[in-house]
Amino acid sequence: MGKDVLTGEHFIHGDAACAEGGIAAGCRFFAGYPITPATEVAERMARRLPEVGGIYIQMEDEIASMAAILGSSWGGVKSMTATSGPGFSLMMENIGLGMMTETPCVVVNIQRGGPSTGLPTLVGQADVMQARWGSHGDYGCIALVPCSPQECFDLTVAAFNFSEIYRLPVFVLADEMIGHMSERVVIPRKADLVIVDRPQPKVGKDKYLPFESSSHMPAPMAVTGQGYHVHVTGLTHDERGYPVITDTVQERNVRHLVDKIRRNAEKIIRFETLGIEDATVVVVAYGCTARVARQAVENLRGKGYKVGLLRLITIWPFPSALIRSIAGRVKAFVVPEINYGQIAYEVERTAGGAAEVLLLALMGGSIHSPEEIEEGVAEFL
Amino acid sequence: MRVRCRKLQPFNKEAADDVIQKDHGLHPDDKYLKPGRIPHIWCPGCGLGVVLTTFIEAIRRKGLPVDKCAVVSGIGCTGRVAGYLDMDTYHTTHGRAIPFATGLALAKPDTSVTVFSGDGDLFAIGGNHLIHAARRNVNIKVICVNNFNFGMTGGQAAPTTPLEAKTSTTPTGNAEAPFNLPAVAHAAGAVYVARWTTFHPRQLVHSISQSLDKKGFTFIEAIAPCPTGFGRPNKLGSGLEEMRFYRENSEIRNGIDPGLAEIKLRGKIVVGTFSDVDRPDFLENYQNNVVSKVLSKGDKPGKGRAA
Repeated sequence: MGKDVLTGEHFIHGDAACAEGGIAAGCRFFAGYPITPATEVAERMARRLPEVGGIYIQMEDEIASMAAILGSSWGGVKSMTATSGPGFSLMMENIGLGMMTETPCVVVNIQRGGPSTGLPTLVGQADVMQARWGSHGDYGCIALVPCSPQECFDLTVAAFNFSEIYRLPVFVLADEMIGHMSERVVIPRKADLVIVDRPQPKVGKDKYLPFESSSHMPAPMAVTGQGYHVHVTGLTHDERGYPVITDTVQERNVRHLVDKIRRNAEKIIRFETLGIEDATVVVVAYGCTARVARQAVENLRGKGYKVGLLRLITIWPFPSALIRSIAGRVKAFVVPEINYGQIAYEVERTAGGAAEVLLLALMGGSIHSPEEIEEGVAEFL
Repeated sequence: MRVRCRKLQPFNKEAADDVIQKDHGLHPDDKYLKPGRIPHIWCPGCGLGVVLTTFIEAIRRKGLPVDKCAVVSGIGCTGRVAGYLDMDTYHTTHGRAIPFATGLALAKPDTSVTVFSGDGDLFAIGGNHLIHAARRNVNIKVICVNNFNFGMTGGQAAPTTPLEAKTSTTPTGNAEAPFNLPAVAHAAGAVYVARWTTFHPRQLVHSISQSLDKKGFTFIEAIAPCPTGFGRPNKLGSGLEEMRFYRENSEIRNGIDPGLAEIKLRGKIVVGTFSDVDRPDFLENYQNNVVSKVLSKGDKPGKGRAA
């Protein structure tokens, strides 16, 4: 058997780091379909999973890939898939099933330019809203955005942990620039990794409620073969898992799916700041754009301007309270992103008119230059 | 923004369990059915009850412990089968029972995974998944209940609707030729292929039992009456009359090329076990061609290799 945690220093790209993060977190099943720029995640998994007692399977499409990882998760195995925009669209149907059936798993999306086939080999960040709202109906979701290959590893581990704690598919929303960028990645010792194992039911079959919704946490999950005989359905269901097509059960069912994320948002939200304490203008950025934004902010601060950086690591749930708390004391937020306005809308919404918002939009295929961001900030200096 | 919701009515397990009928357990099959789930939703004259019963009988006959069985279904009338069985059951999305079951079967190779779904689910929206699971020879048992139409949505044309048959979306008669399901499954690589009607419960039990013994992708088509959806526009009469039709028009031809078993509206129905072969399933091939080769290279994990 090969090593599951490749402790040490590596020079690998973000896609490979996502795969290693998954394996280190305990992922032993990967179902996927080749798609640029996420294919390298699958290639790494195809080579590595059999070394550690796992299974890699190449499915007939992304719909099947998503369905298969839900099935293996209910078989008690930590599971993931990786894709890019067009495949992410196809996965939406069974992402909804995963949300409704509270199934832990991880979906890596290495974003490229869209819509449709768009820019297969070039960067985009336009799947942010699709990650939040892509499947029909209401549900809460978690999306983590790495800005380096190191974070591809770290956040894939974190994504698995969140998926087990909150019982849902969790997104790692990387982008082509990060996925294909090779950098130093330090994989810690196995003993130093925080890995959440799946909580197990503690009561017998007659008392167990697999879809308990009275607290804002999911019930422990009984998987196939444990004797609980759980019925798992995408239909609106009561706490036993039985389909009940009524408004009262729908009310409990959907509010549970949303509230388990909404009420725990503080525990899920991660971010990084640079100089926001004294800033009059704050740049809000994520993913590859945050790397350029950092350069721009450092350049401006070097010239004595009071500019800060808020780098979003958790993008969903959105850190609304944080933006609100900053909005009252700054003149403006500058939001560079590789789309025509997605996170900028969230910033504007949560700032509630207390600060101006400037979107620095790129449609995809390239990243901002530090100068472009500096020019945007300069409007408010 | 502030949010105001309607007051939640908390779940009351005692009250919910109270609804579970007092007579659960009186019928010998009840130990295979989830308490409180019967009566089922199916129409009078529907053939689904017969097929469910034959599945239970096959499990009983094989002595399979229910904790070693799982059933996965898609959407539609047949999709509701999963919810009635007292075992681990998964009612997935439309057409996706097979890929879900693929993940489950690979994660739990010691569990017998059966996919129970309808012709529309498995051959229209799910057709691609079916042929690929058969090609891979994933260890799942497929029972496809064919009622020649989309029943749950009220009787629309399916990929099984015979040429010229009437449905709510083919009011003047179907202009498309149907799939011959056993031929498709066989061509795609299924290791066991059979077709019976609900007039053949004993043969169905036998075939399901045989399929449970097989390692790999098996396919059983169970032709079933749908008096509400398919029967009415085609003037086929009640479920009972449809059963009479099956009795008079079924022709048992075990071992024939399933390509010769096409179904025409009001024509003969060729039934039987069409193929029963052995070839390595996905996991055996994966073990032999991937795992053993990777491990025989010794303890050389990916470290240091070019990413």
